[in-house]
Amino acid sequence: MANVPEDLHYSKDHEWVRVEGDQAIIGITDYAQDSLGDVVYVELPKPGDEFATNESFGSVESVKAVSEVFTPVPGEVVLINETLADEPEKVNTDPYGAGWMIRVRMSNPGAVDSLLTAAEYEDFTKAEKE
Amino acid sequence: MVEFGGWDMPVQYPAGTVEEHLRTRNHSGLFDVSHMGEIDVRGPDAIHFVNRLTSNDVTKLTDGQAQYSALTTPSGTVVDDLLVYRLAPDHLLLVVNAGTTDKDWNWISSHHEGENVELRNASSEYCQLAVQGPDALSILRKLTDLPLGDIKYYHFTNGTVDSIASIVSRTGYTGEDGFEIYATPDQAERLWNKLLDAGNFGSETGVLPCGLAARNTLRLEAGMSLYEHEIDETTTLIEANLGWICKLDKGEFIGREALTKQKESGPTKRLVGFEVVERGIARDGQDVVINDQPVGRVTSGSPAPYLKKNIGFAYVPTDFAVIGNEIQIDVRGRLVKAQIVKTPFYRRAK
Repeated sequence: MANVPEDLHYSKDHEWVRVEGDQAIIGITDYAQDSLGDVVYVELPKPGDEFATNESFGSVESVKAVSEVFTPVPGEVVLINETLADEPEKVNTDPYGAGWMIRVRMSNPGAVDSLLTAAEYEDFTKAEKE
Repeated sequence: MVEFGGWDMPVQYPAGTVEEHLRTRNHSGLFDVSHMGEIDVRGPDAIHFVNRLTSNDVTKLTDGQAQYSALTTPSGTVVDDLLVYRLAPDHLLLVVNAGTTDKDWNWISSHHEGENVELRNASSEYCQLAVQGPDALSILRKLTDLPLGDIKYYHFTNGTVDSIASIVSRTGYTGEDGFEIYATPDQAERLWNKLLDAGNFGSETGVLPCGLAARNTLRLEAGMSLYEHEIDETTTLIEANLGWICKLDKGEFIGREALTKQKESGPTKRLVGFEVVERGIARDGQDVVINDQPVGRVTSGSPAPYLKKNIGFAYVPTDFAVIGNEIQIDVRGRLVKAQIVKTPFYRRAK
């Protein structure tokens, strides 16, 4: 069973969002990393880049496939997880911790309200599996 | 699971592609390749017939020997690549790709003119399991009295594996030593489980079941072509660097004239191996860019789990097909540098 922490918000593209004030930390879910398989490469934007909601901000690659990752909330990138350049496997081993991808300053913190709760996301992934 | 040539096949087993790949290089991997097609050719003209349809020299085979070859079109392009097994002077078995089995069958049966052969699409009569890697021999030895060590590379023998009637062939698609075992499909599950047991599946160095993704990365590192990637009906054997299976002096065969001409004049494009030297992973279908111009296409591109590099095959104009040359790959809009390198990318220590 995939791990879905209670205190995060989720998108239907399998990103998670942790809100800290007007900033949001974004990564991909345990369910997503499990379906991708071994992550071998992560491409991230540069600090200063701005994204609207549901815009592609980078990609995650396993041996077999490339998956784009999307911004669940709009904003400007203030920090990226540079350790993923050398240790992309952190996305597999610790998707909600060391495997985080970007931190954005939200241009519209209200956008978080339209994301899924942990319970809703769990139902969503169950439905997707079936 | 994915659909592959009409079969439902696992992309990976629970261990994952990287672990499956590394285990096969370091110890052993087990592959269910029952999807491969088999075409049985029997009769006094069997050798003559297959020699006329394929580019390699079937007359060089002895009983118990196998040969990598290709079914060629009149223009020297590739209907399919295959293994030709000589079971007897009047009996050959052609092992072809799953996705092309029906096409191959139609091609082969439509070129059978006045020759005394009996053809049978025997694909449903065989399962095929491949045990590959440095431990393959010792694993299989637990299940058979056959003198496995005496079977040379690209040779095979008939016998029993755990009392299951089999063809045991020292061939594979991984770049490792190993065996491909053909038996009747009703024995597939038992044979699979016996091989897992004999290979200590579950232990840290034991055999691992491997899916399609690892099969692909292993063959790519080993520099082997995959049909519909490096070779197809738009690329010739010469362009694909498969001149070594074109025995142009063996006598008449379909495509001989075109291949002979191209060998003399030189092809305009050539398949090369490349290594990505910047950050980024080249993927199938991406453009090769030289001096800002798209000049070719990546046929296979992937991370190479054992070599820990990002590698691939691509077609480039012959003038650029020089080892050491720098090319660029258009990775979703970003130009990434790569260098043309020698293939195979990986060669096992003997």
